[in-house]
Amino acid sequence: MEEVPHDCPGAESAQAGRGASCQGCPNQRLCASGAGAAPDPAIEEIKEKMKTVKHKILVLSGKGGVGKSTFSAHLAHGLAEDENTQVALLDIDICGPSIPKIMGLEGEQVHQSGSGWSPVYVEDNLGVMSVGFLLSSPDDAIIWRGPKKNGMIKQFLRDVDWGDVDYLLVDTPPGTSDEHLSVVQYLAAAHIDGAVIITTPQEISLQDVRKEISFCRKVKLPIIGVVENMSGFVCPKCKKESQIFPLTSGGAEAMCRDLKIPLLGKVPLDPHIGKSCDKGQSFFIEAPDAPATLAYRIIIQRIQEFCSPHQSKEENLISS
Amino acid sequence: MCSEGLWSLENTQPPNFCFSPELGNLADVQHIILVLSGKGGVGKSTISTELTLALHREGKKVGILDIDLCGPSIPRMLRAQGRAVHQCDRGWVPVFVDREQSISLMSVGFLLENPDEAVVWRGPKKNALIKQFVSDVAWGELDYLVVDTPPGTSDEHMAVVEALRPYRPLGALVVTTPQAVSVGDVRRELTFCKKTGLQVVGVVENMSGFVCPHCAECTNIFSKGGGEELAQLAGVPFLGSVPLDPVLTRSLEEGHDLTQEFPKSPAFPALTSIAQKILDGLPARLS
Repeated sequence: MEEVPHDCPGAESAQAGRGASCQGCPNQRLCASGAGAAPDPAIEEIKEKMKTVKHKILVLSGKGGVGKSTFSAHLAHGLAEDENTQVALLDIDICGPSIPKIMGLEGEQVHQSGSGWSPVYVEDNLGVMSVGFLLSSPDDAIIWRGPKKNGMIKQFLRDVDWGDVDYLLVDTPPGTSDEHLSVVQYLAAAHIDGAVIITTPQEISLQDVRKEISFCRKVKLPIIGVVENMSGFVCPKCKKESQIFPLTSGGAEAMCRDLKIPLLGKVPLDPHIGKSCDKGQSFFIEAPDAPATLAYRIIIQRIQEFCSPHQSKEENLISS
Repeated sequence: MCSEGLWSLENTQPPNFCFSPELGNLADVQHIILVLSGKGGVGKSTISTELTLALHREGKKVGILDIDLCGPSIPRMLRAQGRAVHQCDRGWVPVFVDREQSISLMSVGFLLENPDEAVVWRGPKKNALIKQFVSDVAWGELDYLVVDTPPGTSDEHMAVVEALRPYRPLGALVVTTPQAVSVGDVRRELTFCKKTGLQVVGVVENMSGFVCPHCAECTNIFSKGGGEELAQLAGVPFLGSVPLDPVLTRSLEEGHDLTQEFPKSPAFPALTSIAQKILDGLPARLS
């Protein structure tokens, strides 16, 4: 991939070809002609590719470390428990891919097939794709600016042989920047069911999550609901609960009420969840009766319910 | 300007100054410390804030530059939310947190009209604001400038390293939590430091255990020891572990006067020792 001059206003910009940094750029004339402003042909190609993918769900959070990847992984495990449901998990956290480790796939490589890159399969019905599979060593840092990250995301959506999939789950990095804009733009024509927003109970996290919600509204991305993670810690010795991340402002519940969005559930902080992630195992198998497992299951069911009316609508359209 | 400009805030466009960068707003800054971590939510902002307070208690003049443009948390932690940034003939005047004006702060949080507004910016726009933060903030005389960064190894990090490279000494403090997942991301961050020629001052392990307030049992919620192992592996100094302290989290949340609250926390001795190691070791290591 080419290096883009870092003051490049972007081919879609009104300044394209006219900015100070465009002087001397080989694409200056092309950009100035406005040809670059046409919609990216990849959007149509991705729409074609996504025809075999029924539901697309983004997992978002303004804040880092609140458990997006943990939740994405467990949502994937939970959905894939039904053998007839085909699940794909795409990790677009380009600079900090943790999905391979959480799914127990560290060191795996992506294979090239006639129809594109093949995802790495955990189970027959659970495929995973991450930039982590493209790195040669766990120390490799991906020091990429926006345009290069966007190119990678485009490739993941367009060039991966996802096959027939019921759910495509997209795990994102924290923030509201390149990766988020790109995935929403590239999937614009293919229809995204909605976003699940993860938060922890503290105000410092909710403050960033409100920004994420304002992002969703700006880009017209439907919000499936909010999951409050790390909602209290039960001491393994005395079994009493404490709030490690105190809910000073009423937590996610109050925020959801204020902003009129559904709260999908609260997942308690269980030290075993982190350990399962470190070992790359499903927490559901490790601790089938834990309160956190039950909380996850209810949330997953709500997400399925959110997606299913859309499904029947589309089926009706096809049959009519 | 850009097509994504539609989604961004017009009023956050930084004003243009008639001022030349040669004046060097960082000329009187003795040391610059970048607080980095590949992973989000490991406590970069908390450590930046606590380190600033610890250095302040040692009698140092400290500034914090918050370059997490999409999720600025420092203003809330230091109870400086809603304060305005003023201009002087040397550029932007940072916000002073304490009455003695010995802690100063600059963050995109001060430039937003509505705190819930998302800063939906792609790389080039973020880079431009960071460059401006580096060159146009009138810090004055500082012993330490602590730079709090967003997670990852991308635009913001490259922009700030590029912009700060001419100013030395410059070092990176790398924060991790003890879990393997976090340590994995931080290994990549150390590679970033190596590739960009950034000196690693040391590794700090945050959230290293939680003491149950009911029965005093210490649980390593996020396991333990990952930070030290990582530091050994990478051949960089390990500066210490900071325990999880819900009382301090609450004070950070509510923006209490941390200069008063902080010394009562179990995190305080840990941070003081880390600050001391930085005070003793940094000038020698980076010279």
